[in-house]
Parts: sequence; C-alpha cells; structure tokens
Amino acid sequence: MEAPTKIEIRNLYKIFGPDPRRALEALRNEGLGKPELLEKHNHVLGLEDINVDVKAGKITVIMGLSGSGKSTLIRHVNRLIDPTAGEIIFDGSDILKCSTEELRRIRREQMSMVFQKFALLPHKTIAENAALALDVRGIPRAEHIPAAEKWLDRVGLQGYGDSYPHQLSGGMQQRVGIARALTSNADIMLMDEAYSALDPLIRTDMQDLLLELQQELQKTILFITHDLDEALKLADHLVILKDGRVIQQDEPQTILLEPSDPYIVDFISDINRARVLRVRTVMEKTDATDGVNIAGEIDQEENLESVIAMAQGDTRKTYLVKDGSEEVGILRMEALIKSLVPTEASEDGIRSQ
Amino acid sequence: MSTYESVFSILGLEAWCESGTKESSGPVSMADLLAQNAGTDVPPPSIWELPFPSMDTLHEACGAFPQSRALTKGIENGFLSIKDGLSFVLDPLTQPLSWFLEAALWLFETTPWWLMIPVLLVVVLLVSRSVKLVVFVAASLLMFAFIDYYSFAAQTLAVIFVCAALCVVLGVPIGIAMSRSDRLQAGVIPILDMLQTLPAFVYLIPLIFLFSVTEPKLYGIAIILYAIVPVVRLTDLGIRLVDRDVIEAADAFGMTDHQKLWKVQVPLALPNIMAGVNQTIMMSLSMVVIASLVSAPGLGVLVLRGIRNLELGVGLVSGLGIVVLAVILDRTTKLALARISAGQDR
Ligand SMILES: Nc1ncnc2c1ncn2[C@@H]1O[C@H](COP(=O)(O)OP(=O)(O)OP(=O)(O)O)[C@@H](O)[C@H]1O
Ligand SMILES: [Mg+2]
Repeated sequence: MEAPTKIEIRNLYKIFGPDPRRALEALRNEGLGKPELLEKHNHVLGLEDINVDVKAGKITVIMGLSGSGKSTLIRHVNRLIDPTAGEIIFDGSDILKCSTEELRRIRREQMSMVFQKFALLPHKTIAENAALALDVRGIPRAEHIPAAEKWLDRVGLQGYGDSYPHQLSGGMQQRVGIARALTSNADIMLMDEAYSALDPLIRTDMQDLLLELQQELQKTILFITHDLDEALKLADHLVILKDGRVIQQDEPQTILLEPSDPYIVDFISDINRARVLRVRTVMEKTDATDGVNIAGEIDQEENLESVIAMAQGDTRKTYLVKDGSEEVGILRMEALIKSLVPTEASEDGIRSQ
Repeated sequence: MSTYESVFSILGLEAWCESGTKESSGPVSMADLLAQNAGTDVPPPSIWELPFPSMDTLHEACGAFPQSRALTKGIENGFLSIKDGLSFVLDPLTQPLSWFLEAALWLFETTPWWLMIPVLLVVVLLVSRSVKLVVFVAASLLMFAFIDYYSFAAQTLAVIFVCAALCVVLGVPIGIAMSRSDRLQAGVIPILDMLQTLPAFVYLIPLIFLFSVTEPKLYGIAIILYAIVPVVRLTDLGIRLVDRDVIEAADAFGMTDHQKLWKVQVPLALPNIMAGVNQTIMMSLSMVVIASLVSAPGLGVLVLRGIRNLELGVGLVSGLGIVVLAVILDRTTKLALARISAGQDR
C-alpha cells in the first residue's frame, strides 16, 4: 500500500559562505549549531543533514519558521541551489550529478514550481504565462495556448486568458501560478509558500482547490509553509524544520499526538485539534462490537469536529467506524474528548524520553 | 641662481645639468630677465615665495631637466607615431558609418517635403500614439519649412537617426554583456564615466588627426562615443534590476540562457532600455550641434554662423529650432516609453 518514493533526499548539507567545505568539516568535527557556526566561522548554516523521502502521488509538507531553511531545501530539489554535501535521488539517479542538459530536461518536463510572489511575466498575457513551460519546450503557440486555457478554466479563471497579470488580484495571480505548473504536465510540483501572500479566506479556497486537484491528478507535491494549520490540512507527510534541521517528520496525526520536541509542543499547543485529528487516529481497533451500544456509523477519515457535531456534544455515545463498507473499530466519545486535551497529555511522552 | 640648483648639486647631477644647458633654447623666464637687467643677484627668496618644484621651475635650475611642454609634445608625438597604424585599422572599420550618414543625408535631402513630412508624422504617430503630439510636430515641421530652415532641420534629424540607431545597435549588446559579467562591468564603467565627463570638444581633437575632416564618419564617431553612454548604462542596469523571483521562475521552468535573455530579461528591462534610448537621442542632438565644428551638417552650422558672423537672428532662430527638435524627439520617445512601462505595471 505504501506509495513508492519519488524523491529521496539523503544527508543534505548546505552552508552559505566563502568556504563552505571547510565550514562543513568544522561542523561535522566540532558538532556546532547554527549560531556557533556563524559566530566562530562566519558561515550561515542553511541545512544540516536532511533526510526526507517524498512519496509519489502524496503531498509532503515542509514546515518551519522564517529562516529555518525551507526555501533553501526546496530549491535543492530542482537544483536552483547546489548543496555543500549530500544527494538527491530522483527516479533512481542523483540530480546533483546531472549534466546541465539533463537538469534542464528535468526542470522542463518533470518538475514545476509555484512561487510565493507568483513570479509571473508582467509583459505576457495570462494564457501566455500559463503556457510558459510548453513555450520553453518549443511547443508552438497554436498548441500551447489551448492547453493553457484548459488549465486556466480548471483553476477558475475562464475568460482571463487575454488579461495581463497586473489586472488580476493576488489570489487570481496565484491561480495562474498553479495553472502554469499544471500546464507543464510535470509529475512533481514544488510549492514554496505558495499561499503565504494571500489573505486567509482566499487561502482556504486555494487549499481546497489544491486538495481537489490532487484527488484527481495525484501529483507528487512538495509544499512549503510556515503555517501549521495549512500544513496539517494539506500534508500526507509533514516535515518540521528548525534552524536547518529536521526535528520531526511523520504523518500529521502522529506528530500531533506524539510531538517529539518541546518546540513542536509549543507549536501545536493552540491548534484546533478536533479539526485535524481523524477518527482512525483515536478509534479502538476491535471487532468486538457485541454488547456495545452503537449510536451510529462514521467513516474513519472524518475529523473529530464532525463527530462531535454528530453526537451533539453527548460524551457517552459510541460509534461504529467504517473504512468504506468494512467495519474497522469503534470510537468512544470519552476517548475522543481525551485526545482533544493538548500539550500536557503529551508532555509525559517527552519527559520519559 | 634658482632655488632648486642646490638640490641638483647635492645630488651630484651638476655635470648632467651642464650638458643640458647648451641645448636649452627655451625662453628665459621673466625673473631671470629682471635679474639680468638689475645686474645683481636676486637675493635668496624667503620661504613664502618658494616656488613649487614644477617641471619648468626645475628646468630653470637644471638645463637638462625637461620643460612641461615636452610632456604635451611627447604625447602629441606619441599619438602621431601610432596615428597611421590606428587609422589603417579604424578607417575601414568605420567606413560603413560614412556610408550610412551619406545615405541618410541623401534620403532626407532628396525626398520631397510633401512626402517627407507625412512620413515623419506617421512615424511619430506609430511610436507615440498621440494625436496631440502629431499636431505639434506637423506645426513645427511646417514652420521650419516656411522659414526656410527645413533642409537644415532634416539634415540634423538624418544624422541623429543614424547615430542614435547605431548607439542602440552597439550599446544594447554591450549593456547585456556587462549585465552578465561583473568583471566586464567593472572594466567598462570607468570608460563610460570618462566618455561622459570628457568635454565634448576633446573627442574632436584626436579624431581630426585620425580622419579627414571631409568625411562624415568623423562627426559620426564623435556623436556615437558621446551618446552611447546612457543606453549602455541603462541596459546593464535594467537587466540587473529584473525581479530575482521572475528569473528564478525562468530557471525553474528550464529556460536556456538565450530564452531567458529574450523572453524575460530584455522585455522586463525594456522600460529602462527605452529611457536610455531617450537620453541617447537627446545627447546625439546636443553633440550634433557641437560637431558642426567638424563639418556636421544641420542646424548646428547655422548656430556656428551666428557666432562667427555675429548674426544674432540666425543664431537665435536656429537655436530655437534645436529646442523644438529636442522637444519633438523627447516627447515621442517618452510617450513610447510610457506605453511600454504601462504594459508592465505590476
Ligand atoms: N544566498 C544566501 N547566502 C547566505 N545565507 C543565506 C542565503 N540564502 C539563505 N540564507 C540563510 O539560510 C537560512 C535559511 O533561509 P531560507 O530562505 O531557506 O529560509 P526560509 O525557511 O525559506 O524562510 P522564509 O520563511 O523567510 O522564506 C537563513 O538563515 C538565511 O539567512
Ligand atoms: Mg522562504
């Protein structure tokens, strides 16, 4: 069932400065952190020993605060930045060993990117912008404009093909950015804080759009954000980055229930857990349903919020959990309520380590 | 006798100085003459009158020491000695410039006014898309024709068209190359600074030695050297100022350097490049007036006549004519620039 790995990031290091190799030696030998490296060697630690598997057809979200190295990491995947050490295996070969030609082919055909500041070409129409990837490949206008129009329709921009970027709102411009990435027909989509410049309502819209498209297209998406809500909503796999280091990576549900680091505990303490946690995470796996008073049936992918709404706040009820038509367990409302209590409950977990 | 004689004797160079004295034929300084007339030795000057040890002062103290005019003379001789080689190389290289200028002048002079004026108006309309400006240009051109200054104005325009076009053709690639290499930029900027600050007349002096005054390329080169600076600078700047994010997007979608240049960098730098073209045209205009000293035709000739013969009226009218041309060229290119910038407003 496990999806195959599309991109493997292995022991990736990036150090900014005049002599990154020497700084890397120092980093490995002396075990310095980001501040010490800056102080002692005057080099900026961008990324330190990153290992991430990006699964095909899934959304991998990289989350971290400003300066944690998210943009640096995603730019290594299509090699807009060259690493100091490490490898990035893509479909079996190391991207870092590609020739310029191969790299260009990969960028043209296999990877597309969506940018925080949209990065549209201001002198081209919306349709021309969306068709950029095809134009770059040398596909004639008569073919690439209709293809672009198709995806523009799909992201909700029908009829805007002949407008110019400056005539569109930020949200619409980012839709063009997404249409541009989709038009390229690449398997992999890299999204660097694609929604961070948008206001909250439009942002929710765009997240829904992405999930909807993803259901249909099953792209391999690497999504970057500094917003935990966004990360939890979109992620199949969540990677949390701090000062250039991965401090935890797992399924979002697991991170929420078992944060491995006080930093993450802080992070998740004021999140609406009922909206993020799903039935399957808190249910009891059992088929002994005899003698239990079942109040109703629920799907295992439902979030807890909708269960609470269904129970109308009654904490004594128990539900039968189904995966499609198969019975997979039961959910007691008491267990559900317990799982909603955040930080303290998980804190023993950290202390005991 | 002279303040610095003792310096030379301390250094033990008296013999060398002596050897020079005989040949020294430079004019005797006024102070020496006065001293001879007075028949007495000049008393040693006080420290307040200590002359700067310039070449001439030292020459006085030591005959073998060269005078400062030897320096300028030396430069002149140096230039003259490489002149033949230089013009052997430059002459054929720059010959097309003469042809272009002659062709343009011929075209502007032989095309009848009733054809030329409408053609110019259509060009202005296409470039500026402003009817108001076309009306102004029509009025100005008809006025030139009416007061019999039309042919001079046309000559000036012909020279400017050729020179400004060549400035763009040469300057944009130079600017592009500069934007891609920091080292080239560091090397070219001082040259541009020099071209821009050197007084316009100074270009003309070596050019007169190199080329014959009857050839149009003489003033053509002077104009191009002077006017090319802004278009080079602003092309370089414009490309360097292109949004980093957009360049990154171009890279991420796998553009080649060539695609990036023509699909992204040059189009996005176009407002700046056009601003450079505008300045280049204005500077060509100012130089074409000065270049009439070396036989550049056009309104500048009339200005010069006004100065030489003290014909106040001619000088003023042709001066005003240049202002009108300047306004026309400036407005036309500025409107084109505004149109381009508006298209890219973000
Ligand atoms: N070219 C560079 N030279 C030197 N240091 C750099 C360079 N690029 C990034 N850095 C440093 O690397 C670290 C990570 O930067 P990065 O842009 O990846 O952060 P980020 O997580 O994307 O932050 P943000 O949310 O602000 O975009 C920062 O400390 C930054 O200062
Ligand atoms: Mg970033």
